[in-house]
Amino acid sequence: MTLVATKSPVTSPPPIRRAKPRRSWKHYGWVLFFLLPSAVPLVLFTIVPMISSIWVSLHEWNLISPMRWVGFDNYVSLLTDPQTGKVFLHTLLYVAGYLPLVYAGGLGLALALNRKLPARAFLRATYFLPVVTSWVVVALVWKWLLNPAGGLVNQILGFFGLGQPGWWTDPDWALVSVILASAWKDLGFVMVILLAGLQAIPRDLHEAAIVDGASGWQRFWRVTLPLLTPSTFFVVVISLINGFQVFDQVYVMTGGGPGGASQVVVGQIYDLTFRYGRAGEASALSWLLFVVILAVTVIQIRGQRRWVHYA
Amino acid sequence: MRKVALFSAVLVGAAIMLFPFLWTVITSITPEGSLAGGPTLFVEDPTLDAYRTLLDTVPMWRIMLNSFGIAVAATVLQLVTGAMAGYGFARLSFPGKNIVFAGYLATLMIPLQVLVVPLFIEMRTFQLNDTYFALLAPGIASAFGVFLLRQAVAAVPSELDEAATIDGASHLRIFTTIVLPLVRPTLATVAVFAFMSSWNGFLWPLVVIRSPEFMTLPLGLSTLQGQFTTEWDVVMAGSVLSIIPIAVVYLLAQRHIIAGIAHTGIK
Repeated sequence: MTLVATKSPVTSPPPIRRAKPRRSWKHYGWVLFFLLPSAVPLVLFTIVPMISSIWVSLHEWNLISPMRWVGFDNYVSLLTDPQTGKVFLHTLLYVAGYLPLVYAGGLGLALALNRKLPARAFLRATYFLPVVTSWVVVALVWKWLLNPAGGLVNQILGFFGLGQPGWWTDPDWALVSVILASAWKDLGFVMVILLAGLQAIPRDLHEAAIVDGASGWQRFWRVTLPLLTPSTFFVVVISLINGFQVFDQVYVMTGGGPGGASQVVVGQIYDLTFRYGRAGEASALSWLLFVVILAVTVIQIRGQRRWVHYA
Repeated sequence: MRKVALFSAVLVGAAIMLFPFLWTVITSITPEGSLAGGPTLFVEDPTLDAYRTLLDTVPMWRIMLNSFGIAVAATVLQLVTGAMAGYGFARLSFPGKNIVFAGYLATLMIPLQVLVVPLFIEMRTFQLNDTYFALLAPGIASAFGVFLLRQAVAAVPSELDEAATIDGASHLRIFTTIVLPLVRPTLATVAVFAFMSSWNGFLWPLVVIRSPEFMTLPLGLSTLQGQFTTEWDVVMAGSVLSIIPIAVVYLLAQRHIIAGIAHTGIK
């Protein structure tokens, strides 16, 4: 009897509760089978480069000769270099021009296309077409539209007797050109997000407001806009993250010029590495950008309590 | 009356969205000589010269095929790796699972710009620069796809696979016959993102590819600009050729694309 009693936990498990599945080697074999196909590439092509990026940022290196340890010198020299301030300023100006434009346009479109208009599906698809087009194509097409000589926009401006700016050839207009092209491309994206937000607003809220005698404007300001704040918040967060990383359209339209007038942070990272052979500083700048984006995002998430209303 | 005004405004807007595309086509068929003053809406003597010049100087078909092949490969790989990891995280338990999953999510935070330089060096070390593999490497697995698919698999009732386990089905069988068919909508969303981000990707190909025969469309187009500085008809011809495939994909998958973006908010 005593022998049986010592064995009892194994031989007689509680009859109702299901036995805890045994973790056999076979089980871990399955875990590896399902996870390794994604884990290996993520480690090789994201984690390893990420760690080596920190390592590179602590060295002076032109990609060819041996690396020379400089500690935090790259960070210090970046923070004291006026060029860093300039590229961050251009990036900020880009975001400041792009975001209000694309949000106002997207909101107007979403409100219009939320109504029962003829050919609504076709119109939505049309506004969305530039979103799936690549940045390089959009940038090339807009570079041609905004061409100072023979470009369509200046032809139209000339027809109405208006001034014809030099667009991407003029230091004062280069960033404006990039902003216009970017807003045109992303309008449909913002529209789709805001449309989804509009459709999530319960109908009875509007009906209740109508019963209370609210005018169209009042309903827009007091019902629609507050209840659209979650979608708005989302658009702002995503646009700022993407906006700070702007590169493709700048590279194609202006190449950062003329005379560096439209150079943005990522453009500077690219040039530092591949034109000036200063890979260490480039890596340091990429981490600086990462910290800025992270800070901006965290501030927004913290600040959302003040203005975002979840229904 | 107000509705008519609104509709007209929206129509004008749609015209502004479509017109640049039309203008691209018009420019590409305008004879080079009459481009200086700007093309006109009705081209008097349309020509395909620009397309001929383009195809004679740039391996355009090869570049289009590259873009397509890499985008399809990235899509398939991300679906396979993402769905498998999604199943692994949602259905299998192992010590440290949450930490591993957090590690996956952490990779989402790192922007491509941080990775580009060291990734370039890594590829150079293994002499993989200027190859298809290098183009594809960052697109083999995406933590974003893993995340979406983990959520989708977790939403599949586990009674279904418990029943199958009792019948003696292995994890692989449960994964392929029960779970995969039920997460098809999420697979479609992941596929759309994978395809679009590969098709439109520019910074990474720009860094890692030098030879025209390995270029993808965005990179090929951007180099056209340097080759044909003032020949806008040729540059626009290249743009037209690169818009057509994605426009076709868009028309076919429009609903998936718009729904996917509305639900996840990522382009």
